[in-house]
Amino acid sequence: MNLQNLFNALENVDPEIYDRVKHVSRRQLFSFGKKAALVAAPLAVASSINKAYGQSMPDRTVEVLKFALVLEYLEDEFYRLGLNTPGLIPAQDRPIFAQISKHEASHVALLRTALGAAADPKPNFDFTAKGAFPTVFSNYQTFTALAQAFEDTGVRAYKGQVANIGQDPVLETALRIHSVEARHAARVRVLRGMKGWISGMEGFPGAVYAGEQATREREVDVPGISGVSAMGVTEAFDEPLTKDQVLAIALQFVR
Amino acid sequence: MENKTNLLIRSKTVDSDSRRRFLRYAGFSAATATTILAACENAAMEPSTLGEGTGARVAADGSIDLGSGDVGILNYAYALEQLEYAFYAQVIATPFAGMSNMERMILTDIRDHEKAHRDFFRAALGAAAIPALSANFGAINFNDRASVLSTARTFEDLGVSAYNGAGKLLSSPLNLSTAGKIVSVEARHAAIIRELLAPFTTSFAGDDVVTSDTGLDVVNMPGTVLAAAQPFVVQTITANNLPTM
Repeated sequence: MNLQNLFNALENVDPEIYDRVKHVSRRQLFSFGKKAALVAAPLAVASSINKAYGQSMPDRTVEVLKFALVLEYLEDEFYRLGLNTPGLIPAQDRPIFAQISKHEASHVALLRTALGAAADPKPNFDFTAKGAFPTVFSNYQTFTALAQAFEDTGVRAYKGQVANIGQDPVLETALRIHSVEARHAARVRVLRGMKGWISGMEGFPGAVYAGEQATREREVDVPGISGVSAMGVTEAFDEPLTKDQVLAIALQFVR
Repeated sequence: MENKTNLLIRSKTVDSDSRRRFLRYAGFSAATATTILAACENAAMEPSTLGEGTGARVAADGSIDLGSGDVGILNYAYALEQLEYAFYAQVIATPFAGMSNMERMILTDIRDHEKAHRDFFRAALGAAAIPALSANFGAINFNDRASVLSTARTFEDLGVSAYNGAGKLLSSPLNLSTAGKIVSVEARHAAIIRELLAPFTTSFAGDDVVTSDTGLDVVNMPGTVLAAAQPFVVQTITANNLPTM
């Protein structure tokens, strides 16, 4: 292993690498005698990188977090652009979007920290989706419609990954982001005159709500056993989306 | 123990009311009684779908233990859903003064969602389920909007925190998936109830529940949640056998 090359590579990815491995300073690493360095330094480096970057994180978890980061980047940039567009968001609604924006920015920072060097840079977004939504930042209805779509997609995306992560240290964090996205979704939906919960497959774009009409859960016919209307049962259970389903939605907004 | 668990779960088709009556007369623990009943019943749901753990037990003093493993956690969720449904059923049966049409619609929707959750868990748990709980809502003034809505907010935020905390205690991915389908609906409820209490503010995802610098929602472990819920339930609920971290 060529340590200098490894460090150069890491430094290119993340200039803060030395801050995170500060308990093994660069000077220390390379001031060992040649023989000692061969043995001790790789161990020290591996150990400190594991701590700093969580390289013991399973590949599957890394993939889930990278996927989540794409969605959080998307939401974060969307709200920041919206809040920075004069005249788009009415004064009465600004506290709502400012609060949502604050959370999305925190989620980006949290996921980037968790991923460390594995974090991808922010993609370049096109919120018109190649012209499909040309008024996204000039028409408030378009903006809030996409906000709802992004939030409900976010809820369904995290939900789809929760079972994949399973018993992993990041599970609780994923769940805690997931329910925040649901709070956001509910608030934006009501702002648009809709119910806070998803009725059947009602919503736009359709891909965001595919499969939400389910009324059987774990082979239990819930309307049948509860007497609650089928519509009520679809509202009572939010359904997951797969990673591929979510990417098919999200990638429309990536240049 | 494995066989016993399977039997417990297979007795799902036993009518819960007749089971409770039987228990009361027989004075058996739930586990003993349902095992006997189970022997006569057809299998209704594959036991493997519920995950590990043993079902509820009713002690001689009437206290109810949730059970162990995933089954215990599902009973924990079932207890909370029972409480929530009982609350909203009362809210709709005796509406507070000046309830608007919109409020009635929202609260009726939520009542129905909680009923769907409650009945789903009862069906899924079958004979491993805790009995029906009796609610104690003496501290709530159902005629008063603020009393009702602030209690609703407490229950919904508590539910969100409970599911968020219980995730890591579940071993079956299916159970995790089920919890995920429900917790986001509880979070939607919480946001909308909060909106009714404090319109056009940040309260729907307020800094009192979503940590400001991490953007993470409230989380609580069963001990904390049950301590908060217990005053609203007549029977004593114990969680002596739930998984812990």
